[in-house]
Amino acid sequence: MSVEIKTTSVEPIRNTYSAIARRFGDKPATRYQEASFDLAATTNFHYRPLWDPKRTLNDPTRTALRMEDWYAVTDPRQFFYGAYVGNRAKMQEAAESSFAFCDKRNLLTRLPEETQKQLLRLLVPFRHVALGANMNNSKIAGDSTATTVSQMHMFAATDHLGMGQYLSRIALLLDGSTGTALDESKTYWMDDELWQPLRKLVEGILVVDDWFEITLVQNVLLDGLMYPLVYDRMDAWFGEQGAEDISMLTEFQRDWYKESLRWTNAMIKTVVAESDSNREQVQSWVKNWEPMVYEALKPVAQATTGLDALDELRAELSARLKKSGLESTGVQA
Amino acid sequence: MSQKVFMAFQDNDNARYLVEAIVKDNPEAEVQHSPAMIRITAEKRLVINRETMEETLGRDWEVQEMLLEVISIGGNVDEDDDHFIVSWN
Repeated sequence: MSVEIKTTSVEPIRNTYSAIARRFGDKPATRYQEASFDLAATTNFHYRPLWDPKRTLNDPTRTALRMEDWYAVTDPRQFFYGAYVGNRAKMQEAAESSFAFCDKRNLLTRLPEETQKQLLRLLVPFRHVALGANMNNSKIAGDSTATTVSQMHMFAATDHLGMGQYLSRIALLLDGSTGTALDESKTYWMDDELWQPLRKLVEGILVVDDWFEITLVQNVLLDGLMYPLVYDRMDAWFGEQGAEDISMLTEFQRDWYKESLRWTNAMIKTVVAESDSNREQVQSWVKNWEPMVYEALKPVAQATTGLDALDELRAELSARLKKSGLESTGVQA
Repeated sequence: MSQKVFMAFQDNDNARYLVEAIVKDNPEAEVQHSPAMIRITAEKRLVINRETMEETLGRDWEVQEMLLEVISIGGNVDEDDDHFIVSWN
Protein backbone atom coordinates (compact mmCIF):
# COMPACT_ATOMS: atom_id res chain seq x y z
CA MET A 1 0.00 0.00 0.00
CA SER A 2 1.35 3.40 -0.82
CA VAL A 3 0.73 6.44 1.30
CA GLU A 4 0.27 9.67 -0.48
CA ILE A 5 1.14 12.80 1.44
CA LYS A 6 -0.61 15.87 0.21
CA THR A 7 -0.37 19.42 1.42
CA THR A 8 -3.28 21.72 1.18
CA SER A 9 -3.00 25.38 1.91
CA VAL A 10 -5.83 27.67 2.83
CA GLU A 11 -5.80 31.21 1.57
CA PRO A 12 -6.95 33.64 4.23
CA ILE A 13 -10.13 35.45 3.18
CA ARG A 14 -8.70 38.76 4.29
CA ASN A 15 -5.19 39.77 5.33
CA THR A 16 -6.09 42.62 7.63
CA TYR A 17 -8.91 44.93 8.71
CA SER A 18 -10.83 46.63 5.92
CA ALA A 19 -9.80 50.12 7.04
CA ILE A 20 -6.12 49.14 6.92
CA ALA A 21 -6.59 47.37 3.58
CA ARG A 22 -8.16 50.51 2.09
CA ARG A 23 -5.11 52.51 3.09
CA PHE A 24 -2.25 50.09 2.46
CA GLY A 25 -3.74 47.47 0.15
CA ASP A 26 -4.91 43.98 1.03
CA LYS A 27 -1.71 42.44 2.31
CA PRO A 28 -0.50 41.34 5.73
CA ALA A 29 -0.21 44.51 7.82
CA THR A 30 2.13 45.29 10.68
CA ARG A 31 0.82 45.55 14.22
CA TYR A 32 1.75 49.21 14.19
CA GLN A 33 -0.45 49.83 11.17
CA GLU A 34 -3.35 47.89 12.61
CA ALA A 35 -3.10 49.61 15.98
CA SER A 36 -2.63 53.16 14.68
CA PHE A 37 -4.34 54.07 11.43
CA ASP A 38 -7.86 55.37 10.89
CA LEU A 39 -8.99 54.55 14.39
CA ALA A 40 -10.30 57.90 15.65
CA ALA A 41 -13.83 58.74 14.53
CA THR A 42 -14.06 61.48 11.92
CA THR A 43 -17.76 61.78 11.23
CA ASN A 44 -21.31 61.53 12.66
CA PHE A 45 -20.74 63.54 15.81
CA HIS A 46 -24.24 64.14 17.11
CA TYR A 47 -23.44 66.47 19.96
CA ARG A 48 -20.86 69.13 20.46
CA PRO A 49 -18.68 68.80 23.55
CA LEU A 50 -19.71 71.02 26.48
CA TRP A 51 -16.07 71.99 27.00
CA ASP A 52 -15.76 73.41 23.48
CA PRO A 53 -19.20 73.99 21.93
CA LYS A 54 -17.81 75.86 18.93
CA ARG A 55 -16.22 72.74 17.57
CA THR A 56 -17.15 69.08 17.13
CA LEU A 57 -15.39 66.19 18.81
CA ASN A 58 -12.14 65.33 16.99
CA ASP A 59 -12.31 68.63 15.17
CA PRO A 60 -9.23 69.17 12.98
CA THR A 61 -9.48 72.95 13.51
CA ARG A 62 -8.04 72.68 17.04
CA THR A 63 -4.74 73.65 15.43
CA ALA A 64 -4.05 76.39 12.92
CA LEU A 65 -2.12 73.93 10.76
CA ARG A 66 -3.84 72.07 7.94
CA MET A 67 -2.93 68.62 6.77
CA GLU A 68 -4.57 66.78 3.91
CA ASP A 69 -4.21 63.71 6.10
CA TRP A 70 -2.85 63.88 9.65
CA TYR A 71 -2.03 60.18 9.44
CA ALA A 72 0.91 61.25 7.27
CA VAL A 73 2.59 62.01 10.60
CA THR A 74 3.79 58.62 11.77
CA ASP A 75 6.09 57.27 14.43
CA PRO A 76 9.47 56.15 13.03
CA ARG A 77 9.84 53.95 16.13
CA GLN A 78 6.52 52.31 15.20
CA PHE A 79 5.37 52.33 18.80
CA PHE A 80 1.88 51.10 19.51
CA TYR A 81 0.83 50.20 23.03
CA GLY A 82 2.43 46.75 23.14
CA ALA A 83 5.74 47.76 21.55
CA TYR A 84 5.94 50.91 23.66
CA VAL A 85 5.29 49.16 26.96
CA GLY A 86 7.76 46.38 26.17
CA ASN A 87 10.45 48.88 25.29
CA ARG A 88 9.93 51.06 28.36
CA ALA A 89 9.79 48.05 30.68
CA LYS A 90 13.31 47.20 29.56
CA MET A 91 14.54 50.75 30.13
CA GLN A 92 12.84 50.88 33.50
CA GLU A 93 14.43 47.63 34.62
CA ALA A 94 17.88 49.11 33.99
CA ALA A 95 16.96 52.32 35.83
CA GLU A 96 15.53 50.41 38.79
CA SER A 97 18.70 48.43 39.24
CA SER A 98 20.75 51.66 39.25
CA PHE A 99 18.49 53.16 41.91
CA ALA A 100 18.68 49.99 43.99
CA PHE A 101 22.47 50.02 43.71
CA CYS A 102 22.74 53.67 44.78
CA ASP A 103 20.38 53.05 47.66
CA LYS A 104 22.27 49.98 48.87
CA ARG A 105 25.66 51.67 48.78
CA ASN A 106 24.42 55.05 50.04
CA LEU A 107 26.07 56.69 47.06
CA LEU A 108 24.05 59.89 47.41
CA THR A 109 23.91 60.34 51.17
CA ARG A 110 27.68 60.16 51.50
CA LEU A 111 28.08 63.17 49.19
CA PRO A 112 29.11 66.40 50.94
CA GLU A 113 26.18 68.39 52.36
CA GLU A 114 26.86 71.20 49.90
CA THR A 115 26.65 68.89 46.86
CA GLN A 116 23.42 67.36 48.15
CA LYS A 117 21.98 70.83 48.41
CA GLN A 118 23.05 71.58 44.85
CA LEU A 119 21.24 68.50 43.64
CA LEU A 120 18.06 69.63 45.39
CA ARG A 121 18.37 73.17 44.12
CA LEU A 122 19.57 72.58 40.56
CA LEU A 123 18.40 69.16 39.45
CA VAL A 124 15.35 67.94 41.35
CA PRO A 125 13.14 71.00 40.54
CA PHE A 126 13.11 69.83 36.91
CA ARG A 127 10.47 67.37 38.07
CA HIS A 128 8.00 70.25 37.99
CA VAL A 129 8.92 70.88 34.36
CA ALA A 130 8.31 67.19 33.71
CA LEU A 131 4.83 67.42 35.19
CA GLY A 132 4.09 70.38 32.92
CA ALA A 133 5.31 68.31 29.97
CA ASN A 134 3.04 65.49 31.09
CA MET A 135 -0.03 67.73 31.15
CA ASN A 136 0.81 69.39 27.84
CA ASN A 137 1.31 66.11 26.05
CA SER A 138 -1.92 64.75 27.54
CA LYS A 139 -3.80 67.73 26.17
CA ILE A 140 -2.29 67.17 22.74
CA ALA A 141 -3.29 63.51 22.88
CA GLY A 142 -6.83 64.68 23.54
CA ASP A 143 -6.97 67.38 20.87
CA SER A 144 -5.08 65.88 17.95
CA THR A 145 -7.24 64.02 15.48
CA ALA A 146 -5.09 61.21 14.08
CA THR A 147 -4.29 58.22 16.29
CA THR A 148 -0.71 58.10 14.99
CA VAL A 149 -0.22 61.60 16.41
CA SER A 150 -2.18 61.26 19.62
CA GLN A 151 -0.54 57.99 20.67
CA MET A 152 2.97 59.44 20.26
CA HIS A 153 1.99 62.29 22.55
CA MET A 154 0.31 60.05 25.09
CA PHE A 155 3.47 57.96 25.24
CA ALA A 156 5.51 61.15 25.68
CA ALA A 157 3.15 62.23 28.47
CA THR A 158 3.69 59.03 30.45
CA ASP A 159 7.43 59.17 29.75
CA HIS A 160 7.59 62.63 31.29
CA LEU A 161 5.60 61.51 34.30
CA GLY A 162 8.04 58.65 34.81
CA MET A 163 11.07 60.89 34.40
CA GLY A 164 9.61 63.35 36.90
CA GLN A 165 9.25 60.47 39.33
CA TYR A 166 12.86 59.46 38.83
CA LEU A 167 13.91 62.99 39.82
CA SER A 168 11.65 62.80 42.87
CA ARG A 169 13.27 59.55 43.85
CA ILE A 170 16.69 61.21 43.80
CA ALA A 171 15.32 63.57 46.47
CA LEU A 172 13.87 60.63 48.38
CA LEU A 173 17.26 58.90 48.34
CA LEU A 174 18.76 62.04 49.87
CA ASP A 175 16.22 62.46 52.67
CA GLY A 176 15.70 58.81 53.51
CA SER A 177 12.17 58.79 52.03
CA THR A 178 10.81 61.32 54.51
CA GLY A 179 9.83 63.82 51.82
CA THR A 180 11.62 66.79 53.42
CA ALA A 181 14.02 67.05 50.47
CA LEU A 182 11.06 67.17 48.09
CA ASP A 183 9.56 70.04 50.08
CA GLU A 184 12.88 71.83 50.08
CA SER A 185 13.34 71.46 46.34
CA LYS A 186 9.79 72.67 45.74
CA THR A 187 10.49 75.89 47.64
CA TYR A 188 13.39 76.51 45.23
CA TRP A 189 11.00 76.05 42.31
CA MET A 190 8.43 78.37 43.88
CA ASP A 191 10.64 81.06 45.44
CA ASP A 192 14.20 80.95 44.15
CA GLU A 193 14.82 83.69 41.56
CA LEU A 194 16.78 81.19 39.50
CA TRP A 195 13.70 79.17 38.65
CA GLN A 196 11.09 81.88 38.09
CA PRO A 197 11.68 82.42 34.34
CA LEU A 198 11.42 78.69 33.66
CA ARG A 199 8.39 78.37 35.91
CA LYS A 200 6.74 81.23 34.05
CA LEU A 201 7.49 79.53 30.73
CA VAL A 202 6.09 76.16 31.87
CA GLU A 203 2.93 77.81 33.16
CA GLY A 204 2.71 79.84 29.97
CA ILE A 205 2.75 76.71 27.79
CA LEU A 206 0.01 75.15 29.93
CA VAL A 207 -2.50 77.76 28.74
CA VAL A 208 -1.65 77.66 25.02
CA ASP A 209 -4.65 76.43 23.09
CA ASP A 210 -3.31 75.30 19.71
CA TRP A 211 -2.09 71.74 20.18
CA PHE A 212 0.57 71.85 17.51
CA GLU A 213 1.97 75.02 19.00
CA ILE A 214 2.22 73.16 22.31
CA THR A 215 4.01 70.17 20.83
CA LEU A 216 6.43 72.47 19.00
CA VAL A 217 7.28 74.48 22.11
CA GLN A 218 7.23 71.60 24.58
CA ASN A 219 8.67 68.68 22.67
CA VAL A 220 10.96 70.42 20.21
CA LEU A 221 12.08 73.78 21.57
CA LEU A 222 12.00 73.28 25.35
CA ASP A 223 13.04 69.61 25.44
CA GLY A 224 15.51 70.32 22.62
CA LEU A 225 17.42 72.80 24.77
CA MET A 226 16.66 71.50 28.24
CA TYR A 227 17.47 67.80 27.92
CA PRO A 228 20.95 68.23 26.44
CA LEU A 229 21.61 71.04 28.93
CA VAL A 230 20.50 69.19 32.05
CA TYR A 231 21.38 65.61 31.26
CA ASP A 232 24.50 66.18 29.21
CA ARG A 233 26.20 69.46 30.12
CA MET A 234 24.96 69.80 33.71
CA ASP A 235 25.55 66.10 34.23
CA ALA A 236 29.22 66.68 33.42
CA TRP A 237 29.20 69.72 35.71
CA PHE A 238 27.76 67.70 38.60
CA GLY A 239 30.54 65.21 37.94
CA GLU A 240 33.09 67.97 38.44
CA GLN A 241 31.40 68.79 41.76
CA GLY A 242 32.01 65.22 42.88
CA ALA A 243 28.52 63.92 42.17
CA GLU A 244 29.42 61.56 39.30
CA ASP A 245 27.12 58.92 40.72
CA ILE A 246 24.08 60.97 39.79
CA SER A 247 24.70 60.02 36.14
CA MET A 248 23.57 56.50 36.95
CA LEU A 249 20.20 57.81 38.02
CA THR A 250 19.58 59.98 34.97
CA GLU A 251 20.62 57.50 32.29
CA PHE A 252 16.96 56.90 31.46
CA GLN A 253 16.53 60.54 30.48
CA ARG A 254 19.54 60.48 28.17
CA ASP A 255 18.35 57.33 26.41
CA TRP A 256 14.84 58.73 26.22
CA TYR A 257 15.89 62.03 24.73
CA LYS A 258 17.99 60.40 22.02
CA GLU A 259 15.04 58.24 21.08
CA SER A 260 12.47 61.06 21.21
CA LEU A 261 14.45 63.09 18.66
CA ARG A 262 13.42 60.60 16.03
CA TRP A 263 9.68 61.15 16.24
CA THR A 264 9.81 64.90 16.89
CA ASN A 265 12.09 65.45 13.88
CA ALA A 266 9.92 63.28 11.65
CA MET A 267 6.75 65.06 12.79
CA ILE A 268 8.07 68.59 12.21
CA LYS A 269 9.52 67.63 8.86
CA THR A 270 6.25 66.13 7.60
CA VAL A 271 4.06 68.97 8.79
CA VAL A 272 6.32 71.75 7.52
CA ALA A 273 6.75 70.08 4.13
CA GLU A 274 2.96 69.82 3.65
CA SER A 275 2.36 73.44 2.63
CA ASP A 276 3.82 76.93 2.70
CA SER A 277 1.13 78.14 5.06
CA ASN A 278 2.08 75.41 7.55
CA ARG A 279 5.73 76.35 7.27
CA GLU A 280 5.01 80.02 7.84
CA GLN A 281 2.82 79.28 10.85
CA VAL A 282 5.36 76.95 12.45
CA GLN A 283 8.11 79.45 11.64
CA SER A 284 6.25 82.25 13.41
CA TRP A 285 5.80 80.06 16.50
CA VAL A 286 9.52 79.23 16.47
CA LYS A 287 10.34 82.91 16.16
CA ASN A 288 8.09 83.75 19.06
CA TRP A 289 9.01 80.95 21.48
CA GLU A 290 12.63 80.04 20.84
CA PRO A 291 14.05 83.20 22.50
CA MET A 292 11.67 82.76 25.44
CA VAL A 293 12.82 79.18 25.99
CA TYR A 294 16.43 80.32 25.80
CA GLU A 295 15.85 83.12 28.31
CA ALA A 296 14.03 80.76 30.67
CA LEU A 297 16.96 78.34 30.81
CA LYS A 298 19.59 81.05 31.06
CA PRO A 299 19.72 81.44 34.88
CA VAL A 300 20.05 77.68 35.39
CA ALA A 301 22.86 77.51 32.83
CA GLN A 302 24.60 80.51 34.39
CA ALA A 303 24.46 78.92 37.84
CA THR A 304 25.97 75.67 36.59
CA THR A 305 27.67 75.08 33.25
CA GLY A 306 28.00 78.69 32.18
CA LEU A 307 26.18 80.35 29.34
CA ASP A 308 28.53 79.03 26.64
CA ALA A 309 27.10 75.55 26.97
CA LEU A 310 23.56 76.83 26.44
CA ASP A 311 24.65 78.91 23.45
CA GLU A 312 26.23 75.84 21.87
CA LEU A 313 23.06 73.87 22.39
CA ARG A 314 21.05 76.72 20.93
CA ALA A 315 23.17 76.56 17.79
CA GLU A 316 22.62 72.78 17.66
CA LEU A 317 18.87 73.28 17.93
CA SER A 318 19.04 75.84 15.15
CA ALA A 319 20.88 73.36 12.92
CA ARG A 320 18.28 70.72 13.73
CA LEU A 321 15.38 73.03 12.84
CA LYS A 322 17.11 74.02 9.63
CA LYS A 323 16.90 70.45 8.40
CA SER A 324 13.12 70.86 8.40
CA GLY A 325 13.37 74.22 6.65
CA LEU A 326 12.89 76.37 9.76
CA GLU A 327 15.00 79.28 10.91
CA SER A 328 15.55 80.09 14.55
CA THR A 329 16.62 83.58 15.43
CA GLY A 330 19.25 84.87 17.79
CA VAL A 331 21.99 82.35 17.19
CA GLN A 332 25.52 83.53 16.74
CA ALA A 333 27.05 81.95 13.64
CA MET B 1 19.70 21.88 -10.94
CA SER B 2 17.99 24.99 -9.75
CA GLN B 3 20.16 28.03 -9.33
CA LYS B 4 17.67 29.80 -7.12
CA VAL B 5 18.56 30.93 -3.62
CA PHE B 6 15.88 31.09 -0.96
CA MET B 7 15.17 32.08 2.61
CA ALA B 8 12.16 30.87 4.53
CA PHE B 9 10.90 32.67 7.61
CA GLN B 10 8.20 32.05 10.16
CA ASP B 11 5.22 34.25 9.44
CA ASN B 12 5.26 36.46 12.51
CA ASP B 13 5.29 40.16 13.21
CA ASN B 14 9.07 40.57 13.11
CA ALA B 15 9.49 38.53 9.96
CA ARG B 16 7.01 40.75 8.12
CA TYR B 17 9.33 43.72 8.58
CA LEU B 18 12.21 41.55 7.46
CA VAL B 19 10.35 40.53 4.31
CA GLU B 20 9.48 44.15 3.62
CA ALA B 21 13.15 45.13 3.93
CA ILE B 22 14.29 42.26 1.72
CA VAL B 23 11.79 43.21 -0.99
CA LYS B 24 13.08 46.79 -0.89
CA ASP B 25 16.67 45.63 -1.39
CA ASN B 26 15.87 42.80 -3.82
CA PRO B 27 13.08 44.05 -6.08
CA GLU B 28 13.31 40.94 -8.27
CA ALA B 29 12.80 38.54 -5.37
CA GLU B 30 9.66 36.44 -5.33
CA VAL B 31 7.66 36.18 -2.10
CA GLN B 32 5.41 33.22 -1.38
CA HIS B 33 3.10 33.28 1.60
CA SER B 34 2.32 29.87 2.99
CA PRO B 35 0.50 29.10 6.21
CA ALA B 36 2.88 30.17 9.01
CA MET B 37 5.77 30.53 6.55
CA ILE B 38 7.05 33.15 4.15
CA ARG B 39 9.47 31.97 1.51
CA ILE B 40 11.54 34.35 -0.57
CA THR B 41 13.32 33.15 -3.67
CA ALA B 42 15.57 34.90 -6.15
CA GLU B 43 18.01 34.09 -8.90
CA LYS B 44 21.59 33.80 -7.64
CA ARG B 45 21.50 36.30 -4.77
CA LEU B 46 19.47 37.63 -1.84
CA VAL B 47 20.69 40.33 0.50
CA ILE B 48 19.50 41.69 3.85
CA ASN B 49 20.98 45.10 4.72
CA ARG B 50 21.07 46.21 8.33
CA GLU B 51 20.43 49.82 7.32
CA THR B 52 17.28 49.06 5.33
CA MET B 53 15.99 46.81 8.09
CA GLU B 54 16.59 49.46 10.78
CA GLU B 55 14.74 52.01 8.69
CA THR B 56 11.83 49.61 8.14
CA LEU B 57 11.67 48.40 11.72
CA GLY B 58 12.26 51.78 13.36
CA ARG B 59 14.91 50.63 15.82
CA ASP B 60 18.48 49.42 16.05
CA TRP B 61 18.78 45.94 14.68
CA GLU B 62 21.54 43.36 14.57
CA VAL B 63 21.89 41.12 11.57
CA GLN B 64 21.95 38.04 13.80
CA GLU B 65 18.43 38.80 14.98
CA MET B 66 17.13 37.48 11.66
CA LEU B 67 18.13 33.98 12.73
CA LEU B 68 15.26 33.97 15.23
CA GLU B 69 12.80 33.93 12.35
CA VAL B 70 14.65 31.67 9.92
CA ILE B 71 13.23 28.27 9.05
CA SER B 72 15.63 27.45 6.26
CA ILE B 73 18.18 28.95 3.91
CA GLY B 74 19.33 27.77 0.50
CA GLY B 75 22.63 29.18 -0.74
CA ASN B 76 26.09 30.11 0.47
CA VAL B 77 26.00 32.57 3.32
CA ASP B 78 28.15 35.65 3.60
CA GLU B 79 27.48 37.49 6.83
CA ASP B 80 28.95 40.48 8.60
CA ASP B 81 27.75 43.34 10.83
CA ASP B 82 26.01 45.19 8.02
CA HIS B 83 24.52 42.55 5.77
CA PHE B 84 23.53 38.95 5.29
CA ILE B 85 23.91 37.63 1.76
CA VAL B 86 22.77 34.31 0.40
CA SER B 87 24.14 33.44 -3.03
CA TRP B 88 25.29 30.65 -5.32
CA ASN B 89 28.80 31.18 -6.57
